[in-house]
Parts: sequence; C-alpha cells; structure tokens
Amino acid sequence: MSVGAPKLAIERLQAGYGDVQVLWDITIEVGTGELVCLIGSNGAGKTTLMRCISGLLAITAGQIVVDGRSMAQATPADFLRAGIVHVPEGRRLFSAMSVRDNLLMGAYLRDDKERIAEDLDRVYAMFPILAERRRQDAGTLSGGEQQMCALGRGLMARPSLVLIDELSLGLAPRVMELLSERLREINRSGVAVLLVEQDVMNALELATRAYVIDQGRVTKAGLSASLASDPAIREAYMGIA
Amino acid sequence: MNTLGMKSWIALAVVAVLLAALPLVGSNYFLRIATTVCMYAVMAQSWNFIGGLAGYPSFATAAFFGFGAYTSAILQNHDAPMLLAWGSAGLAAFLFAAFLGGAILHLRGHYFAIASLIIAEMLREIVNTLPDFTGGGKGLNLPFLRISVTAQAQFFFYAMLALAILCTGAAIVIHRSKLGFGLRCIQQNEDAASILGVNAYGYKTAAFCLSAVFVGVAGAIYASWVNYIDPPDVFDVLLAIKPMVMVLLGGLGTIFGPPLGAVILLSFEELVWRSFLTVHAAALGFIIVVLVLFLPNGILALVRERLVGRGTVT
Amino acid sequence: MIYLQIAANGLVLGGLYACIAVGFSLVWGVLNVINILHGTFIVLGSYVAYFAYVHLGIHPFVSIAIAGGMLYALGHALQAGIINRVITAPVLITLTLTFGLDLILNNAMLVAFTADYRGITLAHPFRSLEIGPVFLPGDRVAAMALAILLTLLLYRLLRDSKIGRAIVAVRMDREAAALMGVDIKRINAITFGIGAFMAGAAGALLSIIFPISPLNSPVFLGKAFVVCVLGGLGSVPGALAGGLVLGVIESFGSYWLGAERAVTLSLGLLLLVLFVRPSGLTGRRGYE
Repeated sequence: MSVGAPKLAIERLQAGYGDVQVLWDITIEVGTGELVCLIGSNGAGKTTLMRCISGLLAITAGQIVVDGRSMAQATPADFLRAGIVHVPEGRRLFSAMSVRDNLLMGAYLRDDKERIAEDLDRVYAMFPILAERRRQDAGTLSGGEQQMCALGRGLMARPSLVLIDELSLGLAPRVMELLSERLREINRSGVAVLLVEQDVMNALELATRAYVIDQGRVTKAGLSASLASDPAIREAYMGIA
Repeated sequence: MNTLGMKSWIALAVVAVLLAALPLVGSNYFLRIATTVCMYAVMAQSWNFIGGLAGYPSFATAAFFGFGAYTSAILQNHDAPMLLAWGSAGLAAFLFAAFLGGAILHLRGHYFAIASLIIAEMLREIVNTLPDFTGGGKGLNLPFLRISVTAQAQFFFYAMLALAILCTGAAIVIHRSKLGFGLRCIQQNEDAASILGVNAYGYKTAAFCLSAVFVGVAGAIYASWVNYIDPPDVFDVLLAIKPMVMVLLGGLGTIFGPPLGAVILLSFEELVWRSFLTVHAAALGFIIVVLVLFLPNGILALVRERLVGRGTVT
Repeated sequence: MIYLQIAANGLVLGGLYACIAVGFSLVWGVLNVINILHGTFIVLGSYVAYFAYVHLGIHPFVSIAIAGGMLYALGHALQAGIINRVITAPVLITLTLTFGLDLILNNAMLVAFTADYRGITLAHPFRSLEIGPVFLPGDRVAAMALAILLTLLLYRLLRDSKIGRAIVAVRMDREAAALMGVDIKRINAITFGIGAFMAGAAGALLSIIFPISPLNSPVFLGKAFVVCVLGGLGSVPGALAGGLVLGVIESFGSYWLGAERAVTLSLGLLLLVLFVRPSGLTGRRGYE
C-alpha cells in the first residue's frame, strides 16, 4: 500500500517513434516501496514505456510525475537523480569492461566515494559470484550472472525505484528463483520495483499489483492475486484454457 | 513508359538541344568552362550510382579517371586512333572496377571508403614505377589534333556533352530499373535485401562498374583535350571529392541532382574563387561545411519542398 | 647485423607511429568519425613546437604539453560546435564534413606559414646511444620513449579514471551509457579533444625528426589509417602493436626497396589487411 504521493505517476502518456505511435493514453502508478509488474505480449509497448520512464524516449503527450514533480523534458541523468534506475532489456552490460567497472559505472553520477565502496561490497554480498568474477570482462559471464551484474549495476545508483525490463529472458529456472528472491529482498529494503515480464506467472507471484498492456494500451489493472485467477488473463498469457 | 519517365527524357532532350547551340553564342573560354562542367557532370552522375543509390561512399572516382586517362594516352602513343582509345579506356575502366569490386566491395562504411581512397594512391605509385610504359613522373604527351583552336574547343565540348547526355540517359534508365530499386534496398538494409533475394554482390558490382565506365571515358577525353597528363594531375583526390560534393549539393540519389550540383559548384568556382586563389581550398571547404550542416538533402530537395509544400511525398 | 639496426630504427619509428595513431583510433572507435583533420592537427602541433623553440627557446619535449593543450581546446570546440551536429549521420556525411574542415584549416596554415619546409635543429641535442651493434640518435630515442609514455598514460586514463570509463562505456554501448547518466555530448567533445591533444603532442615530438609543412598532413593521416587498420580500432594496445609493426615493415621496406617504395608498401599492406581481416591484429569489433 502506498502512503503519500506515489513514487511514480504516469498520466495519459503517449509516445512513439517518428510517425508511428506506440503508446496510447497510459496511466500507471507505483507507490513508494511497491512491487508492481507490467505484463503483456511481445510488441505490446512495454519496453517503449520503460524507455520513456528513464528519459531515453521523449513523450508526445501526458505526464510523468516523480515524487510529485513533473519530469517534462528530463534527461536520463535527471531521472537517475530522481532515484529511478532502468535495468534494460538484454542487460546491455559494457561487455569488454570488467564486472567491477560495470558496477562502478552504475554509480557514475555519484561522488561520495566511501559510500560507493560500501554499496559495492553490498552488491558483492548479494551476488557472491560477481565478487568472484570481479576482474573478468562482463561479456564472458553466463546469462544469469550477467543479469545479476545488470541488477547490481542498477543498485549502485542507490535508486528508490528500479525499472526492470525482462528479468527472466533466457534464464534457467534455478537462476530465476535466486534473482526473484534477491528482488524481494531489495523491495523489502524499501526500493520500489516496476517489473516488466513475459513470464506472467512469475511476475504475478512477485508483484502485489499488476497492469496488463496490450497494443499500447492498459487493458487491465489490479491486484496480482485477482489477475492471476482471471480466466481471460490465464487463457491469453498463461496458456491455461 | 510512365509520365515521370517521359518528363525526364524530355528534360534531357531540351537541355541537350540548348547546350548543343552553345558554340554559336559562346567564346572559346566559355566553351572550355562548359566542357569542364560536362566532365564533372559525368563524374558526379557516375558517383551517384555507387554513392547515392547503393550508399557506398566510394572515393575511387579519381582512380577511374586517371586509369581511363592513362589507358587512352598509352594506346594513342602506340598509334591507336583517338576514338578507339576513348572507347577502350571506358571498357578498361569497367573491367578494372569489376576486378576491384571483388576485392573491396565486401567492406562497409569507413573501411570501404578508405580502401577506395587508397586505390588512386596505389595507381599513382604504379605509374611512377613503370616510367618506360607510362612516362612515370614526367608524364605523357598526347598527339595534337590538327585543327584550329576554335574547332578544338568545339570538338571537345561536343565530346564531353555527348558523354554527359549518354551518362544521364543511362541514369534515367538505371534509376527506374530493377537494378536501381535493388540498389536502394541495399542502401536501406543490405542484409535484409539479401534475404529477400536481391543479389547484393552482383548489384553492387554493377553499380561500381557503372561508376567507373563513364568516368574512364571522361578521363580519356580529358587527356586528349589537354594533350599532357601526369600522375598528380589525373589521380588528384579532389577529382574524387568534388563530384561527391556536387551530388550532395544537387541531391543524393536523384537523376538531375548531380549535373545541377556540378553547374552550381563550378559556377561558384569560376565567379568567386578565381579572385581568391590563395584561399581556393578553404572556400571549397567552407561550402562543404555549410552544405553538410544546413543542406543535408541538397538543393533539389529544398526546391521541391518550396514548390510542393511540406509533408508531401514526391 | 645490419638487420638489427634496421629493426631498431623501425621500432623507434614505430613508437612514434603509435602515438600518431592512438588519438585517431580513439575518435574513430568511440565517435565513429574518421577525423580527416588529424594529420593537420599533427602538423599544427609541430608548428607550435617550432615557434616555441625558435622564438622562446622552449624545448619541443616541453611543448608537448603546450601543443597538446592548444589542440585539445581546438578539437573540443570543433566537435562541440560543428561535428556533433551530424554525429549520428552516415559515414559519407561525417567524412565529407571533416574533409571540408580540413581543407579550411590546412589552407589557413598554408597562408599563415607558407608551404616551405621548416625543421628544428636542437642547439643541445642528446647524445647518441650505442647498444651493442646498434646506433641510435639520442633525440629520436627520447622522442620515442615519450611517445610510448604518452600512449601508456592515455591507456591508464581510459581504464582507471571515471571519465575514461565513461568514454569506453560510450564506445561499447552509447544508450546504456546514457542510462548511467553519462552526458554523451560532453563525452563526445572530450574524446575528440583528447584525440586532438594526442595529435598535437605527437606533432611536437615529430618536429625534431620530420620536416614541418602543411603539405605533410596527408602523410601523417595515411600512417594513422594504416596503424588503425593493422592494430584494430579504438584500442590503445592495438595502436601500439600496429605502430610498431608498421615502423618495422617500413624500415625494412626502405632498406630493400627504397624510401618511396616503402610508402607504397605500407599502402599495399593496408589494402591486404582490409581485404583479409578488416578488424585488425587485435581483432576487436570496430565500426563497420
């Protein structure tokens, strides 16, 4: 349950690429410390929405409000300073840089050296395998390790909201379980999460609330529990007749 | 033939007739400038095949020009008749491009640009190291035509004009053909085009050879016109750059853009820079910078926008 | 034994070539721009060193910092003001733009300094070194050592400093770097400035070895090209390796075929490498 102004409020957002409009009239909210997920099939516009929320893509209508402040014309750096971190689809690690350097890049905008070092240790504690591989090139890591590194890199910015685009893509179930557990930990420490997922079952298990996006519009919203038992959702996204 | 195609042929015919009447009203000096314009129109139009349609930034124009010039000069120095030498130069340039294409067309972007740029340097060095055959650094003389100065000026003007008309005619045909369409697809996305069945390698090579054949003949005509050639003259990198700038000026990938660009750039040169010889190069540089920053689609596109109005697809 | 001397000469030359090329390689790798101005930047650096020596008595090695600093400012301004406007445009556009800018700068130098070749003859040259059968002029060795030192400093900067990490990150994935809060425009300008700095510094070093004239800028540009293609783009170790290889090949080429043919040889080598393996010796994926 959210208290006070929501961390992130998106109102009637529209966006697209050139002449092609992708998102129509999107209204979404994430409260402080909430874990919300966004589900929908491929091409529904989830990644486009993520890019708008992190400042990579300019919106054509509507507003993005963070902590009650409008983010009109904001750059990615502005969003970072507002506490929002985007862990992109496909991880997008700097492949020929070491794990450690990748993590440090996450703290690029910060200059509090001591606390950065503390946070680095915290990430290593959360994902020991990263500590082990800290000097290796990030491109040599396995899929699951890369996802951990990407998540860790995001955490290095001390976010209050993490946008995660496709956590589970290409990952083995065991790794996915570990990541889900860590994600719950992160959320319990007070960091809000907006999770975009194709693996609907997993997403609804993790999140308290969910939005369904279809062809660029929000078609359903509600508590994960009720969406999980909604027959239309079960049929469309979980293949259960 | 559709109306747009007809319009192009009519336009070409009108321009050809008007220009053919030039010797009646122009002085020898003016004819010389017109001949140069025709020559550059050929080079710009030719570059447009590989650079404008296929999207491969070729700097090989200088190489083809010099190759044609030297082929013709060497043949004529071995008693070949002039017109035969010109034709052979074109054919030789065509074959040279086919051969060269095999070596460098698999490269893309910057790498292709560098490779094509170096070809001229390599040819220059080869010429320098075979002086018995090519005259080396001392250059080659060509036989004079035994006619009056005025007759010469007219003859070479008509020769270059004919070549320019031929080349533009080829452009009209090619741009609207399957080859032209395929080349445009290659420029957009070569891998996708290949998957869809476009013979990318064959089309690219064809475009490259087309960018060479007319330029080779132009080089041959130039050699006969000036009666003396040497390596720095016919392999000059500006012979690669200026046609490119002309096409950018006139409109990349259009049919009448290249010749238009040639007219504009050379007029500028004639009117303005001749008075400022020491800053000649800087003036060209300035034009290039302004062009790239403010007129990326060329003048033709600007004119179209004004006439047809924004938002219309022409 | 003459081969040892030739090889040594080649390595000395090669160290300088590495320094000539590394700034060019950085700009190409990070910004995807072939900076045709690079050769002219080098010559400008040489002129700065020349005038500093002739009029102020400042040793060219000290001018490394002066020439480097001035060229950094020039490069940064050019990139931020002009080149950045078309940074995402296709190869043809960026190449033509830097070519046009080079025409302007080179012409300006021709007008200001004339094409006359100038040279620096040091009043107090270093002593020559004799290492076994090999004889090396002291100044050249010192220049080479400084060249390699500069190159290594650049390497450290890129790997160990925050700004260096940002530059490398931009090279690898521009959008991901933006997500980290990196100001791409600023990094572009800084990188171009660094490339210009290295060119100016190289020019100062070269001023005691090569004749100075605006006519030489294509020569240096050509060397930079060859080293980049040989050694791979955007990689400092690659530039070092490529430079040394080119130096040694040219040295032997000069000995066996004569000095002018040595240039043709390096061009032929370039073509061969492009044909066979465009990504160079260290093979890191460059830009296509």
